[in-house]
Amino acid sequence: MHVIEYITTHKELCWRLTLEHIWIVALALFLSIIIGVPIGIAITRNEQAAKKVINTANILMTIPSIALFGILLPILSLINQGLGKVPAVIALVLYSQLPIIRNTYTAITNVPPELVEAGRGLGMNNWKRLKEIEIPLAVPVIIAGLRTAAVMSIGIAAIAAYIGAGGLGVLIQQGIARVYEEMIIAGALFVSLLAIFVDGGFALLERLLTPKGIRIGRELSR
Amino acid sequence: MIRYESVTKIFGSGQEAVAAVDDVTFDIEKGDVVAFLGPSGCGKTTLLRLTNRLIPLTRGRIIINDRDIMSVDAVKLRQSMGYAIQAIGLFPNKTIYQNIATVPNLLSWEEERIEKRVNELLIMLQLDPDVFKDRYPVELSGGQQQRVGVARCLAADPEIVLMDEPFGAIDPINREEIQNEFLRIQGNLKKTIAFVTHDIHEAIKVGDKIAIFQGGKLIQYDTPEIILTRPKNKYIADFVGADRALKVLGLLRTKDAMNTKPRNIIQSSTDARKVLEFMTDHGFKHCIVMEGDKPLGYVTPKSLKHKNGLVRDVTEPHPKLIRKYDTLRDVMSSMLMHDEYVLCVVGDTGDFIGTITMNDIQRSILNVYTEEEK
Repeated sequence: MHVIEYITTHKELCWRLTLEHIWIVALALFLSIIIGVPIGIAITRNEQAAKKVINTANILMTIPSIALFGILLPILSLINQGLGKVPAVIALVLYSQLPIIRNTYTAITNVPPELVEAGRGLGMNNWKRLKEIEIPLAVPVIIAGLRTAAVMSIGIAAIAAYIGAGGLGVLIQQGIARVYEEMIIAGALFVSLLAIFVDGGFALLERLLTPKGIRIGRELSR
Repeated sequence: MIRYESVTKIFGSGQEAVAAVDDVTFDIEKGDVVAFLGPSGCGKTTLLRLTNRLIPLTRGRIIINDRDIMSVDAVKLRQSMGYAIQAIGLFPNKTIYQNIATVPNLLSWEEERIEKRVNELLIMLQLDPDVFKDRYPVELSGGQQQRVGVARCLAADPEIVLMDEPFGAIDPINREEIQNEFLRIQGNLKKTIAFVTHDIHEAIKVGDKIAIFQGGKLIQYDTPEIILTRPKNKYIADFVGADRALKVLGLLRTKDAMNTKPRNIIQSSTDARKVLEFMTDHGFKHCIVMEGDKPLGYVTPKSLKHKNGLVRDVTEPHPKLIRKYDTLRDVMSSMLMHDEYVLCVVGDTGDFIGTITMNDIQRSILNVYTEEEK
């Protein structure tokens, strides 16, 4: 087991790169939420805008990550940030928009119409309805979107090592360059483990944040 | 009071414009329940939704207690009225308590006052507060949810309540029960209620007045009695049905038709042969046997023939005793079911207060119709 040997002898490096990886993904995810969730909610009020926004996010998603880094390079070079963490985070934010916006939008538009009708009829304004009914009911689906975005970002962030963003991709990239098998496998292993943990963490969060009245309903229908 | 003045609502524009509500004018008096009745697409729900500005008016005015609804903030207007819908729309993420507290919360009532009010409403709707307060809507049956929906719309004690087929989603047996409860509660609260329904029976039962719509137009606005006995045109006659004479029976109460001074009455301690004599003399085919003030049963000449001793021993008990407030529909149903055309009416203590016969019922229906013709 040369891989384990590699890891034990390069503990510090592996740990540092893992933290760096988490940092890139966490920052990107944080920014994606701040941007994506409000957009997802805003477009529920306008069907035309919703179509355009979701289509745009869809197209972004189809751009291969390597190509996206390439596109960002000359643009960000204008502010001297062509390489490193900045383009990596920007790319991750762009990729994360689709699952976050789409899930937020779908979750809010899927709130049963009679709840909206009852809320309006009882005299709740838009903001109150959003805060007390639509968002609480949408939270599980929004979290599911974050979950997809997070897992996907962990994978793409590994590629960002090629533009000098750091993170666990460094192990893979340098391993390939040096034909150092153990190094590649160690990098891949950490990326996978990280993805599995984050996925599990979000699954737990999804369950915890599901409103109790909905959870009970699911248990009853089982 | 709600006053509708030439209320018109047009959906769409140009060639596709459709008048969902077309120049409707009428008043709903304070404390009345008015049933908006008609087939789907007749404009009844649209009119209801215009009333609390869920949809904007095209033309006309709606005036509530001397104030044009357009002069009031839409959200405030809705908070001041109760609103219940067929789909109920209880918020699944909120407990029963929180659901009922929706409008009081919007009005920023103090917590103590809200709690008192929620308990009061749950008790009024026969749901035990300790059992139901902290439950979630999914844990309740359809009928219970419907009650909570009613409680929620009454929470802030609104003077005006709008209900859109509020009992439409429950099965017929429970619906009957919740309608009775609704009438009992309304008897105490005396709210002004606009009640949308497509069920003529429900309209007759709950409505002090019925407004019948067709294609957005108000065709007739009258009490259930007049609608049934004097439908304005063929549309309404068809809508209320060929059996409208039978429906009148659902409106009439025993107390209005019964005979309070029947002469065919005897005490149970009378000798059977004397009773037979008494009956042949007067030509009675039926005689009520009394034990003090309570009816014991009845005898017929056939059951008395060749019998000796006291009449008590040959008396047959009545299959059913009628109460003053039973509808004639129920009375007639009992008669047909038991093949018994004379029934005793008793008071709350079981004392005899009169009899009711098929003839009495027939006469009271005829009375209703001839009165209307005058």
